[in-house]
Amino acid sequence: MSDHHPHEEVGRTTSPYAARIRAIEALLLEKGVLTEPEVQDSIAYMEARSPASGAKLVARAWVDPDFKELLLSDGKAAASELGMDPEHPAEFVVVENTPEIHNLIVCTLCSCYPRAILGRPPDWYKSFAYRSRAVKEPRAVMREFGFEPPEGVEVIVHDSTADVRYMVLPMRPPDTEGTDEEELAALVTRDSLVGVNVPRSPSRTSLG
Amino acid sequence: MTFEPGDRVRVLTAEKHGHVRTPGYLKGKTGWIESVIGAFPNPEELAYGLSGLPQRPLYKVGFRQIDLWDDYTGPAEDYLYADIYEHWLEPERGTI
Repeated sequence: MSDHHPHEEVGRTTSPYAARIRAIEALLLEKGVLTEPEVQDSIAYMEARSPASGAKLVARAWVDPDFKELLLSDGKAAASELGMDPEHPAEFVVVENTPEIHNLIVCTLCSCYPRAILGRPPDWYKSFAYRSRAVKEPRAVMREFGFEPPEGVEVIVHDSTADVRYMVLPMRPPDTEGTDEEELAALVTRDSLVGVNVPRSPSRTSLG
Repeated sequence: MTFEPGDRVRVLTAEKHGHVRTPGYLKGKTGWIESVIGAFPNPEELAYGLSGLPQRPLYKVGFRQIDLWDDYTGPAEDYLYADIYEHWLEPERGTI
């Protein structure tokens, strides 16, 4: 075996954190705690997941009341019904936005996120700023994402502190009566699944 | 299960280091049991390679934002829910 580290390729990120992770990975492989196929399987698992899966769940719930009921009562069963693999030790719970209630998801302790459905969380979700401010001034945080809940709407923050991962079921945008399921899914942004914003409106989408 | 939905509870103020799933900003705060989530292996032990058994009851606990932050600027109807293990909760007899 070459004494040149296989990960030290030109163009690879060289941040101290990346270097540390690579060192830990190399040690775990060397000591037989992990195998290279296991690392590759884990990467493939994460890359097979994306916010598009969450958008599909939401769009189906908007057009199918029975599916919406299932999504809100048993999130994993709903995901399985659309061909997704929600298997993960943590529970998957979907909370519904209504004309009276707007939900916002955060994990103040670390970065708990419904990865089995949505993949990796965005960097801002893991930031100290988001994690500390979302619980204390959720309305100011949402304003910075471009959303202000209408007058009279209660804001409920869900701090995913333990064994449950949360996703928001946003409200269907107005003026989408004739919009089909696929077009509806295209309106559902990752940010709206976390609750820092609401889905796009069809007119904004057409502007590109 | 010790608690039922609607019960008033207070989060313990215990100092415990390491992998603790009860955030500091909720310690000593009073809220209510919103729902019983289920029983799970104790993550405070799982994190150190132990079994986490017996399983511990986990509750969704609701708090009024105005009870958490003295300077909360939003409406009194804004809530926060957090998932708290039973061994971090004690009954709260008073009213809030």
